[in-house]
Amino acid sequence: MTQLIDKPPAKELPSDQLIELLRKMMLIRRFETKAAEMYTKQKIAGFLHLYNGEEAVAVGAISAVNDDDHLLTHYRDHGHALARGVEPERIMAELFGKDTGVSRGRGGSMHLFDVEKSFMGGYAIVAGHLPLACGIALANQRLKNNRIVLCIFGDGAVNEGEFHEALNLAVVWKLPIIFMCENNFYGMGTDIRRVSAVIEVYKRAAAYAMPSKQVDGMNVLEMYDETLKAAERVRAGEGPSFLEAICFRFRGHSMSDPEFYRRKEETQRWRELDPIITFREKLTKDGIIDDDAFRSMEAEIEDVVNEAVRFADESPDPPPEALFTHVYKEDA
Amino acid sequence: MAEMSFRDALRLTLREELLADEKVILMGEDIGAYGGSYSVTKGLLEEFGEERIMDTPISESVVVGCGIGAAMGGLRPMVELMTINFSLLAFDQIVNNAAKLSYMSAGQISVPMVIRMASGAGSQLSSQHSHSLEGWYAHIPGIKVAVPYTPRDARGLLKTAFDEQNPVIFIEHTALYARKGEVPDEDYAIPFGQAEVIREGTDVTLIGYSGSVYQALGAADILAESGHQAEVINLRTLRPLDVETIIASVSKTHRAVAVEDDWKFGGFAGEIAAIIMEEAFDELDGPVARVCGADVPIPYAKALEQAALPSPQQIADAALALF
Ligand SMILES: Cc1ncc(C[n+]2csc(CCOP(=O)(O)OP(=O)(O)O)c2C)c(N)n1
Ligand SMILES: [Mg+2]
Repeated sequence: MTQLIDKPPAKELPSDQLIELLRKMMLIRRFETKAAEMYTKQKIAGFLHLYNGEEAVAVGAISAVNDDDHLLTHYRDHGHALARGVEPERIMAELFGKDTGVSRGRGGSMHLFDVEKSFMGGYAIVAGHLPLACGIALANQRLKNNRIVLCIFGDGAVNEGEFHEALNLAVVWKLPIIFMCENNFYGMGTDIRRVSAVIEVYKRAAAYAMPSKQVDGMNVLEMYDETLKAAERVRAGEGPSFLEAICFRFRGHSMSDPEFYRRKEETQRWRELDPIITFREKLTKDGIIDDDAFRSMEAEIEDVVNEAVRFADESPDPPPEALFTHVYKEDA
Repeated sequence: MAEMSFRDALRLTLREELLADEKVILMGEDIGAYGGSYSVTKGLLEEFGEERIMDTPISESVVVGCGIGAAMGGLRPMVELMTINFSLLAFDQIVNNAAKLSYMSAGQISVPMVIRMASGAGSQLSSQHSHSLEGWYAHIPGIKVAVPYTPRDARGLLKTAFDEQNPVIFIEHTALYARKGEVPDEDYAIPFGQAEVIREGTDVTLIGYSGSVYQALGAADILAESGHQAEVINLRTLRPLDVETIIASVSKTHRAVAVEDDWKFGGFAGEIAAIIMEEAFDELDGPVARVCGADVPIPYAKALEQAALPSPQQIADAALALF
């Protein structure tokens, strides 16, 4: 289902697609806030990493690649899955550990999979999925299927050996991958400035002669445009590209994070750049959306998220016998 | 029947797989231009070209991860990790990705790939190059572990590994590469989970895998001199494990010795002993004995290295103590 028509640059996007970008960001925000609520109600357990504040990165980038381009990401993965179009109710059901979840209750929040949508998973070993991205890209290259890989990870991943191994191999084999670092300045409670010799992450790609760029991750249109350009280059067979999205998570690392390591003022400053508020303002100024339309979209999203919770809540637990299935792929 | 070396049996099989399926690719350090550290892939680059026989950087983790990804993406990769010692740098990829993706994705993803690696001590390479970690891999649900002993095993098990829809760790003891044996001419495969009774006997069962089968067979010769007929089992795969063959043999001999080069503490021989006790306790005339590598890093000096590895005499002594 490769799209036949090339995607237009942001300035040529028709109104309905601009509104769709806003809608997706709003859906992610509402979904995440609801997930937090469900966690406090103990409907959701385990680690829960929320994406609030970073919506523009997922929505901008994922809208700029094709629906059948492979997507791999880290454990903070709800936003990426929603941006790819994975059904909210099946994601919520996964967070609830239900049989109707995308991973049938085996993965939870950190391990969403929807292979039909080329959403190849959320991975919880920091940088552990970068090598997989290389392999999927190698297969795409060999099968000449015109698909590329978008591989998303955090700033914490860039000091892992696998980050360097993967970047090197991708360049040597000219693999069709966009490596995208979500630099939100913190890996759990550790400020990147305290642990990284080079804090401008995009510069690290230069060590491997890979085209790279820093992008404003609070600006959905900039994310869209830069990903689009990178995707064109990568799809043309010119090898991998690297994007560093500068962003900020508005909430703690996970639900159990009291945020002792950063000052409230820092978060407050970033909240003023809220990607949803600023984009709504832009669309209003440009006459693309008015208050009524915005409010009815909000109400619609409220319904979608409530329905996701209802679906998850009413879904059955995985049956006990499911414990032993899929450890191995059963022979045909 | 043709007589060929373990190494040639592997190469023949790889070549057949490459010819049979365009999606088969081989990746690894020095498998191409150099011809493979143990010459298993010699000549394949010349025949199949760089697109199929891919020399990689010395980056074990990304090489294995790339193989997993390639399998996810529709290719049929075989990754050669020069030796099991270096596989430790890829352990995360094997344990956290290869072994988990089918399960965590509820079967949406499968990882049909083969990871080959040389293993074992005995060549005076000292502690960092002499590991036998087969048992570590066998510990992990989600992967399968093949441990061939004969050239016939090498070919038949590798064939099955390429038919598998799951990740297979294929472990080759370095002492076996040059050893020759009969290999059937016709197409054949050895199913996983099917051990071989490589020597029949009635008095004691010696259970080994990979290189340790050789030591067990030596022990059987020694035991025969004192009139004890040992049965020797070549396990061929550790996961799945052919429990049935082990139990059938022990039910006949009532004595068992598990042999491996790896360390005894927490090792696979202990697993065999436990299974026998769980499933055939009443058949036993005495405790299951274990003869394993000494509980030390493997040293360089020949005399020390030999002392650290199970010998036929040690195995025979352990067996005799059961009578
Ligand atoms: C290999 C590994 N080491 C440590 C951890 C524990 N851990 C989980 S998330 C995390 C921080 C990662 O931060 P980053 O990559 O910046 O992503 P972010 O949470 O900011 O989105 C750490 C250290 C892990 N999951 N994997
Ligand atoms: Mg971070």
